[in-house]
Amino acid sequence: MRSSLHRGRLMLVFVVVTALMLTLLGRLWYLQIVTGPSYARAATESRVRSVVLPPVRGQILDVRGRPLVANETKPQVSVDYMALIHQPDGGKDVLTRLARALGRPYREIADRARLCAKDVPRPCWPGSPYQPIIVADDVSVRTALWIAERQDEFPGVSTALRPVRTYPLGSAAAHVLGYLQPPSPDDPAGGRELVGRDGLEAEYDRDLAGRTGIREVAVDSTGKVTGLIREEAAVAGDNLVTSIDARIQEVAERALARAVTAARKRGEPADSGAAVVLEAQTGRVTAIADYPTYDPSVWTGGISQREYEELPLVSAAVQGQWPPGSTWKVTSTAAAAKAGYSLRASYDCPGGYMIGGRVFHNFESADLGRMDMHRALVVSCDTIFYRFADEMWRRDGGLKPVKRPKDPMQTMAREFGFGTPTGVDLPYEAPGRVPDRAWKKANWERTRADSCRRAKTGYPEMSDRKRAAYLKALAADNCRSGGVWWAGDAANFSIGQGDVLVTPLQLARGYAALANGGTVFSPRIGKRIVRADGTVVRTITPPVVGKIDVSRKTLRFIRDALADVPRTGTAAGAFEGYAFKRLPVAGKTGTAEAYGRRDTSWFASFGPVKKPKYVVVVVVSQGGTGGTTAAPAAREIWEGIAALSHDDQKKPKKKDGRR
Amino acid sequence: MTAFGPLSVRLPSGHGTRRGVWARLARLPAWGLVLPSAALSAVGLLLVWSATRNEPDSTLPQRQALSVGIGFVLMWVVSRVDLRVLRAYVPVLYLLALAGLVAVLTPLGRTVNGSHAWIVLGDGLQFQPSEFAKAATVLALATVLGELRDGERRPGAGAVLLALGLAALPVGLIALQPDYGTALVFLALTIGMIAVSGARKRWFAALAAAGAAGLLLVWRLDLIQPYQLERLMVLADPDADPMGVGYNATQARIAIGSGGLLGKGLFHGEQTAGRFVPEQHTDFIFTVAGEELGFVGASCVILLMLALLWRGLWIAAKSPSPFGTAVAGGVVCWLAFQTFVNVGMTMGLLPIAGLPLPFVSYGGSATISSLAAVGLLAAVNRRTRTPA
Repeated sequence: MRSSLHRGRLMLVFVVVTALMLTLLGRLWYLQIVTGPSYARAATESRVRSVVLPPVRGQILDVRGRPLVANETKPQVSVDYMALIHQPDGGKDVLTRLARALGRPYREIADRARLCAKDVPRPCWPGSPYQPIIVADDVSVRTALWIAERQDEFPGVSTALRPVRTYPLGSAAAHVLGYLQPPSPDDPAGGRELVGRDGLEAEYDRDLAGRTGIREVAVDSTGKVTGLIREEAAVAGDNLVTSIDARIQEVAERALARAVTAARKRGEPADSGAAVVLEAQTGRVTAIADYPTYDPSVWTGGISQREYEELPLVSAAVQGQWPPGSTWKVTSTAAAAKAGYSLRASYDCPGGYMIGGRVFHNFESADLGRMDMHRALVVSCDTIFYRFADEMWRRDGGLKPVKRPKDPMQTMAREFGFGTPTGVDLPYEAPGRVPDRAWKKANWERTRADSCRRAKTGYPEMSDRKRAAYLKALAADNCRSGGVWWAGDAANFSIGQGDVLVTPLQLARGYAALANGGTVFSPRIGKRIVRADGTVVRTITPPVVGKIDVSRKTLRFIRDALADVPRTGTAAGAFEGYAFKRLPVAGKTGTAEAYGRRDTSWFASFGPVKKPKYVVVVVVSQGGTGGTTAAPAAREIWEGIAALSHDDQKKPKKKDGRR
Repeated sequence: MTAFGPLSVRLPSGHGTRRGVWARLARLPAWGLVLPSAALSAVGLLLVWSATRNEPDSTLPQRQALSVGIGFVLMWVVSRVDLRVLRAYVPVLYLLALAGLVAVLTPLGRTVNGSHAWIVLGDGLQFQPSEFAKAATVLALATVLGELRDGERRPGAGAVLLALGLAALPVGLIALQPDYGTALVFLALTIGMIAVSGARKRWFAALAAAGAAGLLLVWRLDLIQPYQLERLMVLADPDADPMGVGYNATQARIAIGSGGLLGKGLFHGEQTAGRFVPEQHTDFIFTVAGEELGFVGASCVILLMLALLWRGLWIAAKSPSPFGTAVAGGVVCWLAFQTFVNVGMTMGLLPIAGLPLPFVSYGGSATISSLAAVGLLAAVNRRTRTPA
């Protein structure tokens, strides 16, 4: 019918058309069959958005359930990256309006809303573009509501309430409570925004944190949620009930601050201090006050590097260590008793005691005459202890020590729990130091190279030439020989001077052991882990870590002696007019000397004397004598405790009366 | 060529015979044309429905159904028209089409989706003159190229040049909108028709040269828009900018690729539900087919189209008149090229061009004109069957 020409041309079109369609089929095969699985994965990734549901962190409560750390929900504004970039102008318009609503510069909001990349400087968003990007977290409720009500004006912007930590008692126990920080890069912490970094927040992080929930939602191309795929609800963290009594904590902080202020008025530097209140019979911590302290609310809403560096984050009570001064004499007395010295015998307390050609003096070189150990503790005689130390040192062989020296004083000090961390439920605890022959040798070997260098070069950087010359001579001595435990070292040790170091918490638990008849606890602040519904997850009991191997009689003797210190002894001035009848208190002052520094002021006490309930230890670094600075603060704390126990006893009576 | 035969049904001759419903149904234009176009339209309706199931405007499937209905009526009407009568009206149709294309450029025209291709007649009643211009141009070129003088085997130089001129007018007007995708469809069908008409091979050489020169001119005069350049570059490297210009291409490939062999089931495409692919009910309808119907379903769409094209070529081959051959050849080239460009762009084979998938994409003008084009094939076929 048609010419072969047309047939040929139609054949050509047929071939071309068929080839085109087969090309499409081939491509379709490649996309769907060959590479289909990878596209299926890509589809899931673009369609499913995982939202991390942060759990509510548990509260930290005091012994009566008063919150020390609570949560408060604060509005937070976030933007949806995917929704913004699909807007015609890339979200610029919305962000401009948002910046205006928040009263912030546009640049700041826009910078926070961009994704971090190689050439993008901070601030930027380091997370996934599918996670809401937080652009403001300290928004007023009004502003947040205003934005939330205008979703059509702010597409891609969302507001949500997020819990933040609050501190109802202000700066109280800031160091004990600790703080939260974003997890370090090497510890992703299960996608959590913040982890406990110090204090109880760090120690009980696993209990407080709860479990992060996850919600996987299906989203459309604009980021709008179209359905729920999977949800695993967040589990709220457990609450931590502590043995801290907020009222005593406040009293302790106030007393400590006042002591510091008073010491400064007297011209002392008083650069730091601590007050520790322990339950003598249980080893629980009732209060830990630190100076200087800070307001933990600085942690909420982000903290700048400068602010962070200026914060006093070291807890004087747990991380600070000083020579204990005469508070140490309770261990030395116990050691002497155990070594066979009669406590009731009469000893001479001269103004000075000669050891190795050098006179070791009493405080202010006073010659106090003859006395028994009771009085020696009350008036804090040093020379009697020098004698004990000297004799014990000789018995151990002196400069040529026997193979296994008894070291009665060191042994007793260790029994009291000194020289090792208490194991309290707080991180970064300092161990203190109980120096002995071995320590001195090791320390000398460690510092010898430096001593030899200093013996040559001297101390040219020091302006005090006299002191520099003294130190140079000392360095030369230490370079030649050293590491020997002299009788003088033993004497210094016996009265808590020299190389002895204790933390306030160690001293408190030592005094608790003295008060409770010899049981050494590892103190605990946490008391119970309680679920949000009130069920107890677990109870925390301070473990017993040691028992002082000394007769109960000896301990009672020391306690009785210490009972006279505030009445007639070194703390009598501080306790003048104190109502001993209401709450009889026993204690010991300590004044630790350090070359080139002012004295460390200590007061360690317990009460009531007959059946001790609490131990109170106060230290003020460079604060003067124990009687002038630390003892008045301790007295204030005791008065606070007495007032509170009085209130507590009255309350149930009232109830009974009504019945 | 007999391979195309089995799909066709011999139609009874004469009009007005009353032999019951089946007889009347049998009088519909050739089954080989109706079946694939009806199947494609039906699949298209379902896919439009699925693609717009989360759309706030829920009337889109109904509107598409109306368009398909009108299209089939028009197909029937066109198929009943005697080709010789039709031929007499070709100049009128062609001029009307040109008038429509001119009108688009006047304030009567309206821009939809970046293309100034629409005339709005009233509320909700709008159409794309360029879609109808395709049919009119096919007819006009067929008239010129199929007008062989006695003894001529192929159109002479004058006819070819006239055809080129007739094609150049709508191409130029459409390029002014600008809608280069549609303009390319005109170029494709023109070349195809000149080929089918049997014109000398040198015309192709000349056309190729002219095309190259045209491209060069476009390049040199900076007529190419930056976005078009981007589209070309995205083709070379689809992952270059997945959130920007590459977004469409990437999301389209993800939707199709995730369909796998059997697809996720009609109305169960998650990418479709999330509307990740823009324009998924119009130009990117094939992504819905790919995701929800899988390789099996999507290749059926292509095979149905191929069946229709083969049938069209069979009709072209069987047409007793050069005019009929040219018309059928033109329609085949038009539908084949448009299908290839559309499906090719959704699968990342070709740069993105705003062309609908014939019969399947949402869009009244395109659906109606495609179905009318099938009517033209049927008319040619009828003339083959019923010599007047």
